[in-house]
Amino acid sequence: MSELAALALIGDMLVRATPLILTGLAVAFAFQAGILNIGAEGQLLIGAACSTAITLKFGHTLGAGIIIVSLIGGSFAGAAWAAIAAELRTRFHVLEVISTIMLNFIALYLVSFLVRGPLQEPTHIYPQTETMPLYARLPTLLSGTRLHAGFIIAVLAGVAGWWILQHTAAGFRLRAAGKNPSAAKIAGKINIGRTTRNVFLISGALAGLAGAIEVHGVTFALYENLSPGYGYTAIAVALLAGLNPLWVIATGIFFGALEAGASALQRDAGIPVTIASVIEALIILIVLAAGSIRSLRSLQSSIVSNESTAEIA
Amino acid sequence: MTDVISPFLEGAVRTATPLAFAALGETVVERSGIINIGLEGAIICGAFGGLVASTHQGTWLAIVAAGISGMMVSMLFAFFVTRLRSDQIITGTAISLLSLGLTGTLYRQLYGPAGSALTTATMPVLPVPFLSSLPLIGSALFSQPPITYVLYVLVPALWWWLYRTHAGLGLRAIGENPEAAIAAGIRASSTQFAAILFGGFMGGVAGGVLVIAQAGTFAEGMSAGRGFIAIAIVVLGRWHPVGVAAAAFVFGATSALQYLFQTMGWDLPYQVFLALPYVLTLLALAGIAGRVRAPVSLGMWIQRG
Repeated sequence: MSELAALALIGDMLVRATPLILTGLAVAFAFQAGILNIGAEGQLLIGAACSTAITLKFGHTLGAGIIIVSLIGGSFAGAAWAAIAAELRTRFHVLEVISTIMLNFIALYLVSFLVRGPLQEPTHIYPQTETMPLYARLPTLLSGTRLHAGFIIAVLAGVAGWWILQHTAAGFRLRAAGKNPSAAKIAGKINIGRTTRNVFLISGALAGLAGAIEVHGVTFALYENLSPGYGYTAIAVALLAGLNPLWVIATGIFFGALEAGASALQRDAGIPVTIASVIEALIILIVLAAGSIRSLRSLQSSIVSNESTAEIA
Repeated sequence: MTDVISPFLEGAVRTATPLAFAALGETVVERSGIINIGLEGAIICGAFGGLVASTHQGTWLAIVAAGISGMMVSMLFAFFVTRLRSDQIITGTAISLLSLGLTGTLYRQLYGPAGSALTTATMPVLPVPFLSSLPLIGSALFSQPPITYVLYVLVPALWWWLYRTHAGLGLRAIGENPEAAIAAGIRASSTQFAAILFGGFMGGVAGGVLVIAQAGTFAEGMSAGRGFIAIAIVVLGRWHPVGVAAAAFVFGATSALQYLFQTMGWDLPYQVFLALPYVLTLLALAGIAGRVRAPVSLGMWIQRG
């Protein structure tokens, strides 16, 4: 492989890693708080859709400044989409695993509608939006690669996430609510409902940001198959990282390499790219088997039963 | 009016059939205190297994093969959950991801990257004499592929097994009060293991129905979230076989609204209909909240019995 090709491949890996780190953080934050947000995929799509709409609508008046407005808008949109699941859980006790998966499908069909309806490109031939103007694209970091500034944002988000979780009161409340909600409520006077809502919003915002960065850095337009399942891979990313935001950066790059490699394998060796999700699933299962993340929810009951067994013995 | 309502009801029953199989299986699983999010994986494995079998065998054997495919992948879930005591939700998610990836990979390897041209013989519609000529509901209920009729036997059989047999009582006891059940000598984790295998078989059959009784072909990810919808149906049906079957029908009817609207000439973006079952799931789950009670130990880890 020539030096240029190698550089391009490394670029591709980090480009792939960018949404995986951000959605991985979204999942890690939620799982840390005991919230099983499987909805990063939908939140990412809504973020991408909103971000594209903002850029195409207001880009000409704001110029390059539109990128910042749009990234913030995308994050808010992702958070708003997650807020539906948050309300369903806190108000109606609907399992977020089910609700977030349902919302993923609804988001997909919403995007499908948008790119064939209100947001379709002017010729009305292709199911996608108009391409974004050059000034609205994230700057390239390394010439000769597709690596864009979004990667820096993802890494910074990882560091910030780690700091918040480990060194702030809010992070402590979040982890306490995840480890043992009743103890956190009674002994820690933690408002579980509010913590749950906030975590959902942060998680959704991270996934929405991932979508916004994807349209500004990679696709430059909105279309249906924008995400090859980033939101689902994110679960493997977060679990392999042990839900630690700093490690998410590393595992995100690892899975980015895996997916970029799988695409290259499909191109060069005809091995289906779907093999990547098989590997991801096996990694989750191996991590489960290794027991390092055994039971987010039932940890408590297992401790109780182990203790009672010990007493009987 | 009949010529609008009848096709609508027929469509409703057709769409409900795979959902009902999957949801009835999951009902048994959840009654034993286990929530199997990997049901989606069992369905897609069943669809793929059914397709492969149907290229060599008749439709009924293909449906059985579909069931076995679903059971095989659920065995992995059962092993992780009842033996390694892994978190049920995360394991289930991994099983779904694994199944979607594996079936996609195998499909592309066996039938080429496009593979879309591959079709298989479908189970023909078999009208039940006399019953199918009943007004309004006749053709909807009794002019279907015979696999649908299996449901009409299965629902009362499951009800009888769950509520009128010792084994059914034992299974429900594990879900409601595991400590007492174990103290009474019920082998909890073996029962759960068996329940998961049964649920996997039913999920596989659901996938088989999609391929062999409906689409006549396989597409990557064709389970399209039916496993998750089935889990919601179990909640709406209040963990009772009759309720679950009824809830599955309601879902089928929602999806079949598309045909009704088409015949009536009402024009709405087609994505509205595609999204409708998922929206309805959310609304129904929110609406029913606080008025249903899940098996007490659902989703929790219990001591090995």
